[in-house]
Parts: sequence; C-alpha cells; structure tokens
Amino acid sequence: MTIDAADLDYRCINEEIRKVDGKCIITSCLGQRFIASGMSNIDIEIEGIPGNALGSYLNGGTITVHGNAQDAVGDTMNDGKIVVHGNIGDAAGYAMRGGRIYIKGDAGYRAGIHMKEYQEKVPLMIIGGSAGSFLGEYQSGGVIIVLNLNSRRQKSVGFFPCTGMHGGKVFLRSRCEDVVFPPQVIRRSATDEDRNELRSYLEEYCDLFSLDLEEILFSEFTVVTPDSKNPYRRMYVAN
Amino acid sequence: MSIDFISPEFDVSRNESRCIKCRICVRECANGVHIFDEKRGILISDETKCVNCQRCVSFCPTRALKIIKNPNGLKSNANWCSDSVNEIFKQSSSGGVLLSSMGNPKKYPVYFDRILINASQVTNPPIDPLREPMETKVFLGKKSDVIERDSDGKIKCSTEPQIELSMPIMFSAMSYGSISYNAHAALARAATELGILYNTGEGGLHEDFYVYGKNTIVQVASGRFGVHEDYLEAGCAIEIKMGQGAKPGIGGHLPGAKIVGDVAKTRMIAEGSDAISPAPHHDIYSIEDLRQLVFSLKEATNYKKPVIVKVAAVHNIAAIASGIARSGADIIAIDGFRGGTGAAPTRIRDNVGIPIELAIASVDQHLRNEGIRNNISLVAGGSIRSSADVVKAIALGADAVYVASAALIAMGCHLCRNCQSGKCNWGIATQRAELVSRLDVEVAKTRLVNLMTAWRHEIMEMMGGMGINSIEALKGNRLMLRGIGMTEKELEILGISHAGE
Amino acid sequence: MSKGVHYRMGKLCDNGRLFVFMKDALMKREGEVRIPSGCAIAAVISRKKENIPGSLIIKAMGPMHDRSNGLGGGFAGYGIYPEYKDFYAMHLFFDNRDSRKACEVFIKEYFEIVKSEVIPTRKIPSITDEPIIWRYFLHPLMSMMLSLQLDEKSFVARAVMKINTELDGAYVFSSGKNMGTFKAVGYPEDVGLFYRLEEYEGYSWTAHGRYPTNTPGWWGGAHPFSLLDYSVVHNGEISSYDANRRFIEMYGYKCNLQTDTEVITYILDYLIRVKGLTLNEAANVIAAPFWSTINGEKDRRESEIHAYLRKTFPSLLITGPFSIVLGFEGGIMALNDRLKLRSMVVGEMRDRVYIASEEASIRAMDDSAKEIWAPAGGQPVIVRVEDERA
Repeated sequence: MTIDAADLDYRCINEEIRKVDGKCIITSCLGQRFIASGMSNIDIEIEGIPGNALGSYLNGGTITVHGNAQDAVGDTMNDGKIVVHGNIGDAAGYAMRGGRIYIKGDAGYRAGIHMKEYQEKVPLMIIGGSAGSFLGEYQSGGVIIVLNLNSRRQKSVGFFPCTGMHGGKVFLRSRCEDVVFPPQVIRRSATDEDRNELRSYLEEYCDLFSLDLEEILFSEFTVVTPDSKNPYRRMYVAN
Repeated sequence: MSIDFISPEFDVSRNESRCIKCRICVRECANGVHIFDEKRGILISDETKCVNCQRCVSFCPTRALKIIKNPNGLKSNANWCSDSVNEIFKQSSSGGVLLSSMGNPKKYPVYFDRILINASQVTNPPIDPLREPMETKVFLGKKSDVIERDSDGKIKCSTEPQIELSMPIMFSAMSYGSISYNAHAALARAATELGILYNTGEGGLHEDFYVYGKNTIVQVASGRFGVHEDYLEAGCAIEIKMGQGAKPGIGGHLPGAKIVGDVAKTRMIAEGSDAISPAPHHDIYSIEDLRQLVFSLKEATNYKKPVIVKVAAVHNIAAIASGIARSGADIIAIDGFRGGTGAAPTRIRDNVGIPIELAIASVDQHLRNEGIRNNISLVAGGSIRSSADVVKAIALGADAVYVASAALIAMGCHLCRNCQSGKCNWGIATQRAELVSRLDVEVAKTRLVNLMTAWRHEIMEMMGGMGINSIEALKGNRLMLRGIGMTEKELEILGISHAGE
Repeated sequence: MSKGVHYRMGKLCDNGRLFVFMKDALMKREGEVRIPSGCAIAAVISRKKENIPGSLIIKAMGPMHDRSNGLGGGFAGYGIYPEYKDFYAMHLFFDNRDSRKACEVFIKEYFEIVKSEVIPTRKIPSITDEPIIWRYFLHPLMSMMLSLQLDEKSFVARAVMKINTELDGAYVFSSGKNMGTFKAVGYPEDVGLFYRLEEYEGYSWTAHGRYPTNTPGWWGGAHPFSLLDYSVVHNGEISSYDANRRFIEMYGYKCNLQTDTEVITYILDYLIRVKGLTLNEAANVIAAPFWSTINGEKDRRESEIHAYLRKTFPSLLITGPFSIVLGFEGGIMALNDRLKLRSMVVGEMRDRVYIASEEASIRAMDDSAKEIWAPAGGQPVIVRVEDERA
C-alpha cells in the first residue's frame, strides 16, 4: 500500500496509516509531523523528509526513513524501531524508554537526552556517524552507541557529552582523547566483556546497513557510565 | 555548641502534671523530638528536630503538649530579621542552596484579600441557593467557532474535547513520589465522588488508579516519567507542565532514596536512581516547539483528550498565555507565586513570579483584546484558600481553579513546610510505609469531599447573593468585584473599580 | 432631571467634548457609569402586515405610567418608511451644529446620502433640552465595502460603532431599513407626542418606559436600543452584565452605554446575524434551560442541541431578571429570563398579537384582546408577519 503524501497533512497521513493497519510506503513526504505517533504494529517506509516528532510515543513496529529525518525523532517512544538511512536532527529519542533508533549518518544536538530504562525495557540508540553536543544529557538509562563512521565532523561527539548522566551507558568508537566529560561519569576503554555486549547491539544494525560487524568491533571504544561514588554533589540545605 | 548553632525555632512545652507518659508522642514523631528516658522514667525533648507539624499535640490524649515559638532570639532588627541571619548561618556552614517546601510565606500583598464581592439589593433580586436552581457545572475546552448544520439545517453537535466539572475546582498536580500512595488514592476517590478531576503530577500513574481515569489529568513534564501510551490514554485530559508557581524556571529532583518500590515502577525508572526533571522540556525551546508537543500528544491520543499547558505566573504572562492559546492547547493553567511545592530553592520560591490575581486579570483581558479568549479555557492556581478566593478568581476571568495546598490541609497537613525531609508525620509527603499508613484513605477522601461540598455551597451562596444562578454568568464578571486599599495601577491591572465607586 | 446640570451641559458642550465637562461637574453621563433601571415594555404586531398607527402603542404606555419615572421613554416602529425601504434609515443625536457637520463628513466617506432631514418634533413642556435630532437615508458605498471586505450589514454595523465610539457629540440611535427608533428623556407618553408618532404607521411597534436609578445625563441611554433592524426593549437588571459585555466586546461591539439593553441587542445580533442561529436557538443561549432540565428532556436531539448551545456560548447566558421584546424585520420575539423574574403577558385579536409587562397595557390597545397568557421563563414567543420567512 502506498500513501502519496504530497497533498496530505499529518492528520490525514496518520488516518491513512490506520486504515491500512500500519503497513505502507509513504512517498513524497515533506515535513509532515507526528507520523505514526503513538502507534504500534506498524511497518512504514518513508520516502522524502518526514517532519518533527516522527514516531513519538511509538509503541511497536518499524519505521524506515530512506533519507534524513528532522528533530525529535522517537520522542518518548516506548517500543518499536526507527531506522534512518541518513542524518537526524536534534533531540532524537528524547526520554525514550524502550525500542531502538538506528541512524546511518550523524545525529544533531542532544541525542538520547533523558533516555531511561526500567527492568527489561532498555532503549538503544545507534548513531553511525557522529553526535552533536550534549549527547546523552540527563541520561538515566538505556544504551547509546556512536560509531563515528564516515562522518563529515572531526570528532565523534560534540561538547558536553553525558552532562547530568545518572544512569545507562554510552559507547563511543573513539579513544575520545579530545573529549571532556563531566566529573560525575567514568570513562574507560572497552573490555572484551563490553565488546560482547556491543556485538549483541550491533548485529541487527550492521545487517540493516550492510556494515562489517567484525571490522567495527575491532576498533577502539570508549565506555561512559555514571560514577556512583561521585554523584552530583548534594547542593541543598534544608531551610 | 558553635557559631552555627541556631537556637531551635520552637519550644516543646510539656505540662508534667498532665503527662501520663503514654509515649504516644514518641511513637508519632518521625523526627525524633520526643524521647523516653528509661533510666529516669521521664519524657524529654530534642527541640532542634521539631518542625511544628502539630502531630504530637493533636494526638496527646491529655493535651499536655504545646509547641510554642522559642522566646530566645536575636536582638530585634527590622532589617536583619532572624530568618535572614539564620539562613546565613546555614549557608556558611554548608555551602548549600536553601531548600524549602510549600508556598511562599513572605509578606507580599494578597490581592484576594483586597477584593470585595457584590450583592443584589432592590434593583435585581438575590437568589436563595438552597431552594432555587443554582448551577456550578463547568466545561473546559475550546468553544466551536463555526456552527455547522446538517442538510436539514439541524445543528451538528460535535465539539472539541471538553472536560466536564460539577464545580469549577480541580485538585492540582502532586506527583506520586512527592506525596504518598494513600494521599493519591484519597484525591482520586474524592475527585470521582465529587465529579471533578485530580492530577497525577509528573510521577506517572500507579496501576491501581487507572480505574479513576475519567477523573484524572495525566501530566507530561520534562522528565517524561511514566509517560507511555496507556498512561496517555488513561486520563480524561493531558497536562503539559512547563512550569510551577513555587519554582518558575526550575526543574525538579526527586532523590534516588525516594525512588523505591512502586514509585520506581510508576515512574518507570530503576530503583534508587535519581528522578531528574530538567528545567525545560528539551524539545521545547520556543513557542512553535510547544505547538509540536501539543499536537504530538493530540495525535498520539487521536484528538480525544483536551491538552492543558501549565505555566508559572511570570512577568510576561499575558503574552505567554496568548502564545499558548495559539499553540493548539485547549486549556491554560497558570500557577501563581504562592503555589505550593514538595521542595523548591527558597530564594526562587520567595522571589520569583507574580501573584495569581494579577496574572488572571491580565491574561483574561489580553486574550479578550486578541479576540481569542474563546479558544482556550483558563485555570488558575497558586494558593486558592477558600470559596471566596474561587469566586473572585472566576469573576476576574478564570474558568476554574486548581487547589492543592487546601486539599493537603484537608487531609491533615499542618503546613510545617518540611515536605523535602520525607518524614511527614501526617502520612502525606512521605514514602515511609509506617508513616503512609497513618493516612486513612477513607477518612482523607471524606474530608476532601466535605471541604469541596462546603465550598460549593458557599460559592452558590455568594452567587445567589449576586443574583447569578449559573457559574457561566460569573466568569469574567468584574463588575461584581471592588477593590479596597489599592492603587490606581493595581485596580487598572485587575480591571475593577474601587469600593465606593 | 436637574435643570442646573442641563444648563451646564448646554453651555459647555459647544466644542462637542461634552463628557469632559460633565466629569468636571462631578456628574457622569450614561456610558461612563452603569445605571440600573426598572421598566415597562409593550409591543404590537400585525401578522397580515397591516398598518398600525403610532398612536396605538402610545396608548399602551398610559396604564403603566408608574413603571417609569420620567427619565426615559421610547418606541421602535417597523414598516414606517415604505418610500425609503431600500435604504438604511439612520437616526442621530447631535450635541451641536459642529458635531453634525463633522459627522456628515464621516458619513459621506462611507455612504451615499439619499435624503437627510431634521426629525419632526413638537414642543411640549415636559420634554426639554433636546439635542439636535436628524435622520439620514443611506446607501453604503460599494467601493468602501469592497476595500474593507465586509458584507453590507457588517459594514453598516461597523460604521455605527465608529460614530458612537469615536465621534464626539454624535450618536446613532437607529440604523435599520424601513424601521426607526424614537427615544428621549421623559415619560413614554410624552416622548410619543414629542416625536409626533401618530403621523407614522407600521406593521409592528415596541415601546419602553424607563425607571433608571439616577439621571442618565443624555438621551442616548433611553430605550429601545437598536442596531441595524434589531431593536430591543427590556425590563429588569441582569446580573451577568459584565460577563456578557466583556465577551461580546471581543467581536467588534463596543458597549458605550453600559446598559443591559445595549448588550442584549449586540448579543442577539451576534448570535442571529453573525453566527447564523435561529431565533429559537438564540433564545436557548441567552435563557438556556437548566442542566437538570436538559438532562431530563425526552427528545434526545433537543437535549443534545441545548447542551451544545450551552457549551458553545457559556458567556452569553443572561442571568438575573429580564423580559425583552426583540423587534426585527418582519417580526418580534418576546422572551423572559429562565426563572421568569419579570412579568410579561401576551394577548391576541384577529391578526394582531400584543405583548406587555401588564395586561392593562394590552387592554388599553385593544380591550377585546383574547387569550391573554403568560409565557414561561425561557420560552420564546416568536411572531412573524405572514409573507416573511426569515
């Protein structure tokens, strides 16, 4: 089923998606927001540029974008998968608590901000290129991986990564020698155990984008986690 | 002792001739003020720990206890009052930011207390609210702009999603985590019985309370705790929290110690991890981004739920409200600077924001000047203390009010302003099981229902006096108000005349 | 009304800035202050559209003399200008010659003046200190209408608001087609004589005698109040006034007089002309049934529409006592508040329908009138002439 989005607003697109039980290809997409918001059991391919908040509150299924995506992809998503064969804008995966976001290219500012996890629900975001500043800000759970492949940027990640991080894990395919982390996190080189964990995350991603998993795993990775012994210092006094 | 010793604020006065050494006070005080000295067989007190929550006083079977202001104090000084000095002691010993609870206690003008309500005499009749019909039902939400008709010319009756309230009052947001399970249960049950709404706050919705969904507003705050599809579907309205009157521009931080058991589960974060609500929503850095969040929530819930945007009353509130009215939101909730909180930096609580009365007046008038008042309903909160405040707020232009402090007081809160300690002896602002169990849900619910029923009767009585028999005719009816002891400027902002005019 | 006050007005308002001087005299004229009033109302209509002389409606006000206090009276007649029926008949009060000249300049920018004349009056001892009273038969200038992107009626309504709000010393008190309002400070019987109403004939008439609590200061405050072909006479003081006023002022209306009648006229114009509601639907907005009544209605469709109208126009609910007669082209509508706090009776004889605050008033018009009945609160009585289908 193909939905020609050329003359449709987002409300119509979502109605069309519901009509075909979520299985469709959307063509000529140009900036329509909230596509598949809150939906589950979908399988959507998008040609063109989807608008902001693509797949917000997504509850299951797959969205594939054959190109770039804008801001707030997967905002507060709960489950499912969003695959972007290009770059992605700011604040991707804001407060996501489950599901996966796979980006082939670069991510903008604040990717994975305030990602969280609870019990078996652990969200995963993989950025093939580099990430902008404030990666994983306020992260309280979940996993963010930055592969730093073919990026036009010099660095794997911009400024102030992991600011306010108090949970979860970030993997950066880089030695991160030139990256300044806040004092409340621990950075270290990946161990074999970490690599095994990485392998489980990356298998599907490498399949999707036809990448050589072993070659990627062979590189140097930096792992960032919160430092439980050095939490944000108690700042308050009761009055 | 040391430089930092601050003489306790209160003295525990125990009338020895009445004390029967039953030790109820020892058991009731989670702060550890009362101690039984086994050796000497007497009760002693550590006043440094007393917060004056009145729990021991209320439960002493012989009325032997009094908490009195400690007469010991610094040399009186109208400029350097003892609070200012003691706060310096606290900060110079700790290096910490001062943290307080509940609403702004400072001596700012309370405009509600300078407004008087009208009554009918001769030229039109007052109405007896006991014997004649008197309506307090309110609908919140956008009003239809165009009347549509079917082919027979009959009006099509579909409206934008509305909230129906039996009276123009709702319980405002208090999260599970900041208050207890039992407090939430009482609010949910009372709202259901009263035909009004309560608000989950930003801590998610406990699975036990999904049954009260029709009377629930679910909140989406910057931390997005517990926000998922079922949650959004569970309530009858969704509130985006942009700010709070007690701490405009400040986020929230529930320490990991309070993220235990069901609180962690409801917030959907790991036990013991801090729950941080950033100051902004990181997908909203500008007004057009608010529109994006409003419509993403509407899309996710298929346009069936009204979306409320809650903001703190700040200097430019009229323009902000106008932006919100154009963002697609159905309702704007404004929280004045006296609004309560479970914890806020003292300086913010006491110095940031503006009074709700002025905010209501300027927002209502501004939206009318812009011709968009009908696009949005206005809910006002931030220390609504009585039914008279409700009537004044509505006559100034609010559609309904939010109350929280009054609801907590109904449940037993004695305004000791120590919520941040987590040791609430009344079982409200605590997660300690032994304290939570002190709050009897049935009793608390009944007290909430009593309070609101009494307020409703009083509102009807005041309306009847004005000759108004439906709350719609009170909304924005500023002719029913007069100011007393106010400047021209204050009257101008409130849009009312002075008493005698 | 105190002669002294009037004398000052007469002397000082030469430059057309009357109210400034009134303020100086510590006396506010109506519009600057809200004046509550009690009243008498009456109306008559011929269903067959036969001509009724103005003298008949004057008679109606005699028995209700004590419901007025000599501080306001007025009439509206429909079908009274048959030879100019295609033009807007604008009646104006002017404070002086300069204000009339200035206003005519304004009018000419918006309208073609087909005819202009002094409204004929007769000197009677009880009516004094009259302003300059003129009428104009006008045709809107198409070019202005197009440039403002307004339909004809909105264009005229806006011009009326502009004159009444912005032009000092000029006040439009009637602006419909083939109808006219006549009002003054005085008892209604005297006002009728003053305007020589016995010389007019129309198919329907409404009348009003006013009992304001303080002196209105000028003639604009008398009733009926009218806009386009809507005219309202009203008895009672409504308690919802400011809620109604502040709402309706969002939509281009300006309540210059602060009277109930003015706001009710604007509400009805907004609901019927702008929002396209029927008379019945409009009645269900301003005198909405109670929720308990709506919920108990057997006809589910009716109940749904009543609920919808209340939800959609909550700020246009009028509470407090009122009985009104709305005059419009081809008919009248009488309506009581939903608690029926004011008296109003209806009677019929042949093709005529009479409405008044008191039965005696109906009897004065036609002592053979039959089937005198009192409509229930919130129950509109709508009478249309036979060949009209509005």
